[in-house]
Amino acid sequence: MAATAATLPSPGAAPDDVLVGIRDLKVHFPITSGVVIQRRIGAVRAVDGLSFDVMRGETLGLVGESGCGKSTTGRAILQLEKLTAGHVHYEGVDLARLSGGALRRQRRRMQMIFQDPYASLNSRMTLGHIVGEPLLVHKLRARDERVDRVKELLNLVGINPNTVNRYPHEFSGGQRQRIGIARALAVEPNFIVCDEPISALDVSIRAQIINLLQELQRRFDLTYLFIAHDLSVVRHISDRVAVMYLGRVVELAANAELYGEPLHPYTQALLSAVPIPDPVVEERRRPVVLTGDVPSPASPPPGCHFHTRCPAMQQGLCDVDDPVLTEIRPGHFAACHLVTATDYPKIRSAEDTAASTVAAPRPDDSAAERGTS
Amino acid sequence: MSDRLPPDDYVPGIDPIEPESAPVLAPEVELALGDTSPAQATAVVEPELAGAEAAAGWLPEAEVIETRGTWTEVWRRFRKDKFAVAGLVVIVLLVVTAVFAHWIAPHNPLTQYDSGLSAKGQPLGPSHHFWLGTDLLGRDLLSRLIYGARVSLIIGILANGFALLLGVIFGIVAGFFRGWLETLIMRITDVMLAFPIFLLAIALSSSISHPGIWVLVVVIGIVYWAPMTRVIHGEVLSIREKEFVTAARLTGCTNRRILTNHILPHLVAPIIVYTSLGIATTVLFEASLSYIGLGVQPPTPSWGQMIADGQPYYTSAPWLVVFPGLCIMVTVLAFNLVGDGLRDAFDPQQRRR
Repeated sequence: MAATAATLPSPGAAPDDVLVGIRDLKVHFPITSGVVIQRRIGAVRAVDGLSFDVMRGETLGLVGESGCGKSTTGRAILQLEKLTAGHVHYEGVDLARLSGGALRRQRRRMQMIFQDPYASLNSRMTLGHIVGEPLLVHKLRARDERVDRVKELLNLVGINPNTVNRYPHEFSGGQRQRIGIARALAVEPNFIVCDEPISALDVSIRAQIINLLQELQRRFDLTYLFIAHDLSVVRHISDRVAVMYLGRVVELAANAELYGEPLHPYTQALLSAVPIPDPVVEERRRPVVLTGDVPSPASPPPGCHFHTRCPAMQQGLCDVDDPVLTEIRPGHFAACHLVTATDYPKIRSAEDTAASTVAAPRPDDSAAERGTS
Repeated sequence: MSDRLPPDDYVPGIDPIEPESAPVLAPEVELALGDTSPAQATAVVEPELAGAEAAAGWLPEAEVIETRGTWTEVWRRFRKDKFAVAGLVVIVLLVVTAVFAHWIAPHNPLTQYDSGLSAKGQPLGPSHHFWLGTDLLGRDLLSRLIYGARVSLIIGILANGFALLLGVIFGIVAGFFRGWLETLIMRITDVMLAFPIFLLAIALSSSISHPGIWVLVVVIGIVYWAPMTRVIHGEVLSIREKEFVTAARLTGCTNRRILTNHILPHLVAPIIVYTSLGIATTVLFEASLSYIGLGVQPPTPSWGQMIADGQPYYTSAPWLVVFPGLCIMVTVLAFNLVGDGLRDAFDPQQRRR
């Protein structure tokens, strides 16, 4: 029904290179009515059949519009949401089957960096307690070594270690995000879900946090699932990128492949909406303007979820059959009926790639409608 | 276009991206957000980083920087509110009076003084011997008011404590563990809130032959747990969805630890505020019950009961009604002022002045 449940090997990747394997993941939120006796009248299909692997040591970017299920995917992988169906394997262990103490122990290996640095730190705890709590919970350090370890962690993320007795409200957004990173590192995880870690930050601080994340990845062999809606950031930090639309992955490929030659019409539209910081090129190119809105995840359209807005849609095929995420080229996956190994619908205007021709201004250019809502 | 930096909450896909031909940027510039000219990229330097780069300068021996805690901050803001401080002074005086009533009261509150009645057997007005006059039986009004403070405060604090205990337990169970238990507790709360609580209290206390202070505490506690439960339930619901609770769960905290370290500390502010406001209501409630004769039983002095006793004579002996009335008003006002002050002190965003 949804994307393939088969394994999705990366080129040349041995199976034990897979750190996190996600198979047919579904998270549906029930819509209920009634006050005393709640009846289920529907479901928001936030995540509706996801399958992909996160390789050891890589940064997998997860992009998509607001509401397409990116954050839910991240939370579901960490078992913060109850899975409706599917499996999340972490080093071969099915997390969905774990509970209680076993899950708590497994969670030591997986952490999360949150979007809002103002909500992710407990305002009633000092830095020492915030960063030290994971050590205490997992008994990672003896009591007298704990403060030293906290200071070490703070130093690692660029926070003055002598501020252990201070409270979060005394720090700026960027510093708070660093503290959040220190807390995540305290349990010595392998895998970190970065849920839009820089979206809430001031533009001037974003680069620093990105650099910090990259440096930590190099030092501690971390694997990131980097969730963002900012395509340039994802391009900068990721090794591979997965594009989500309405609860499904529509395309997954190595960074250069995806940005260089996007196969799926949605990815093409998404990328064409990104302004190019060159006024001459920007003047010439024509973004692909998608019509209509994203359908409600409570009642996704039949067939390909994207067919209602796809310029290349084919009646009787796209609106009937679910496309399966398949490996079109080595390491390049797409979920589209029209994409084949040799051909794919090119909905990007030629001006985009070849800047040699000057595009005639189109009447709807002034509408300033971007490819996304 | 060149000075347009993406806002924080912009929609996906409109973020600038470097053209294919963009040269690889120097490492210290690295991620170029917004449109990239070298000048701009270097301008993206932030004072915060200065601290990070000075990492080598952090000596391990350096003094750990201490900070003002939450409570110091709250007290600092509370102090600025003159009315709240006045309310606090009144409450402190009341508590001192109630605790040391035995030493402060000029007379025995239960003694019926022969000299306390006029030749015609009427109560005396304020005089240098009986400062606030005497009541119908020749008892010293001031002493009775002082002992009455004891009753009002004991009931106000204990009944509220009882309501609070029930409210916090039910509110946390409903809000944190959710499920069918939440439905059950909150629907019972709804029923309780829909009940005319004064009638309920009358029914409860009249079914007991000799209502005393302790019975009143329990009755008022039973009547007031529902609003408290609702407040706590709502607070817990909003706190448990905060990211720091998710983070705590992720780092492996047990439910117990999440409750005690992450949720309860955030309930302290609303609990303190609602309790101080609740005590005011309870003092009034006790006075009302005593006024209709279902509260504290004579001869134990209670402000509400004193008003009820003196009411028929308010034209000839107004002090019998005026002074207990003033006591109730001042007490209720003081607790309300402190409650308001605390609410503002705990919530810096809600400053009015």
